Amino acid sequence: MADRRHTGKAAKGGEGTGGGAAARVPARLAVRKTYKLYLGGAFPRSESGRSYPVTSSSGQHLANAALASRKDARDAVAAARKAFGGWSTRTAYNRGQILYRIAEMLEGRRAQFVDRAVDGQGLSRADADRVVSAAVDRWVYYAGWTDKVAQVLGGANPVSGPYYNHSAPEPTGVVAVFAPQNAPLLGLTSVVAPVIATGNTAVVVTSESAPLAAIDLAEALATSDLPGGVVNLLTGRAAELGPHLAAHADVNALDLTGAGESAVEFEETAATTLTRVLRPGPGADGGEDAWLDPDPGTARMKPFLETKTVWHPVGI
Amino acid sequence: MPVPHTAFAPEATTNRELRAFLHGLPGVDEVGARARAQDLSTRSVKTTAKAQAIDLAISMVDLTTLEGADTPGKVRALCAKAAHPDPADTTVPRVGAVCVYPDMVATAVEALRGTGVGVASVATAFPSGRAPMDVKLADTRRAVADGASEIDMVIDRGAFLSGDYLKVFEEIAAVKEACGTAHLKVILETGELATYDNVRRASHLAIRAGGDFVKTSTGKVSPAATLPVTLVMLEAVRDHHAATGRHVGVKPAGGIRTTKDAIRNLVLVNEVAGSDWLTPDLFRIGASSLLNDLLMQRTRLSTGTYPGPDYYTLD
Repeated sequence: MADRRHTGKAAKGGEGTGGGAAARVPARLAVRKTYKLYLGGAFPRSESGRSYPVTSSSGQHLANAALASRKDARDAVAAARKAFGGWSTRTAYNRGQILYRIAEMLEGRRAQFVDRAVDGQGLSRADADRVVSAAVDRWVYYAGWTDKVAQVLGGANPVSGPYYNHSAPEPTGVVAVFAPQNAPLLGLTSVVAPVIATGNTAVVVTSESAPLAAIDLAEALATSDLPGGVVNLLTGRAAELGPHLAAHADVNALDLTGAGESAVEFEETAATTLTRVLRPGPGADGGEDAWLDPDPGTARMKPFLETKTVWHPVGI
Repeated sequence: MPVPHTAFAPEATTNRELRAFLHGLPGVDEVGARARAQDLSTRSVKTTAKAQAIDLAISMVDLTTLEGADTPGKVRALCAKAAHPDPADTTVPRVGAVCVYPDMVATAVEALRGTGVGVASVATAFPSGRAPMDVKLADTRRAVADGASEIDMVIDRGAFLSGDYLKVFEEIAAVKEACGTAHLKVILETGELATYDNVRRASHLAIRAGGDFVKTSTGKVSPAATLPVTLVMLEAVRDHHAATGRHVGVKPAGGIRTTKDAIRNLVLVNEVAGSDWLTPDLFRIGASSLLNDLLMQRTRLSTGTYPGPDYYTLD
């Protein structure tokens, strides 16, 4: 059927000259998607009105993506700050439920993400399938961590005195994440999920060359009971948005994984407002394969947590 | 600098004459008012103009706390902020006034002595205005006696809407007399007036009865200060000035939270009433959270980086 509607015969049928049942169906117009930002739970265009062409790995034009501006980054930080209070005070259990719900939503859209990885990144269908499965599993993995990370990173401390002494990790606030440039789905998931699992909110600058998977992911996030503003996705240039996010006093931490050569500059700027920084590790931006480890542990959650320690006198 | 004239004495009148006057005013073109406000709100104010607008807006803020949970301590903290909005930067102008409930006037006057910041007090059974006339006048006299330099009264919306314009007129005139030298701001509570025609009529009524300012709202009713409402009120003071030469001020209050909102109001003032009104003597903005946003935008302009609310006081 799909082939048939593109044939000359079907097109003629549209003019009403054909006789058969198939001939009466007019040729369908293509329904093209406009790729926009994901900001505060909505999908706005860039405030600047700019967009840029996105091509497949073989250079074929796929779509135009919004080119986020400084003001979009500012709005994203404001949205993330607004969402922080509600998200960080939800129970860890409820955050786990929502992260699991994201996995459910992605699972239902598997085919879309596999096609995207095949078209956009030129992966083989088998590789694409493996990457999408790993991305879905990553959400389940961090969903499990939400109510366990406090036991691993906190606990009761032995002190010499009549006190109970407890340490508990708390989310640091708004985290600006520079997502991996060469791992647009699994890499993106692997850096965003640990940030929000612990109660932070995120402003994410996606891969510049392959941003479409991020917007597909945003559609899953928007339908997963994830409150608007917890994850904000900006498609565009890390080098353009980075300096403003790094200097922003209302950004509490930076994840520089996908910041490339600008990482050092951003880290220096971030120091002026005492912003926590996660430096890109060696080979951090190698491609989706670099993110396949099924058990990444707490390494990406710990940098965005602050430890609160409470002393309490032992009762008589 | 034009100063509202406080010695204005309203002439005695009748309900019939007031009705003829107010209903003889031209009707407001609602669609036109909305479109004009919308059009003016798209003006782009950047760099040095924005810096000037921010400083002007700060000097026009009536820093307000009108909560049941207000304490003398909270009022003193607010007064400290009014006198020095950003303690780290002495170039920030002080705000226009601090606006409090009558029982907090003495505390605020004490805290603001010597700073040049005025003390405004809501009076006349704010926010509903449902109290006997002698109570309203006693409320006003007490606030003035405690040192309030400005009184924000509420009109009797029930009387206004039922067409008893004389009652509203006489109340305003009586409160004005009770104010003595203090400036009188008349709160129309436009969210309860239903139409722009009523806003225009109430503005002219308040101006004629001797109000030095017309103020949109109490902040307790939604919608509060919308741009079209402010536009209609600015037209009323402009027309009154054209007819009599007397300047009356305008104070939008409620719902103005961002620098962008404040600048839109300033553009409206300049375009509708004229640059005469771009002074704290004739235009005020009733707000509480707006001041922090103005300070943050000011920092953004001077340093180039976005500041965060963690660096400003919680009020």
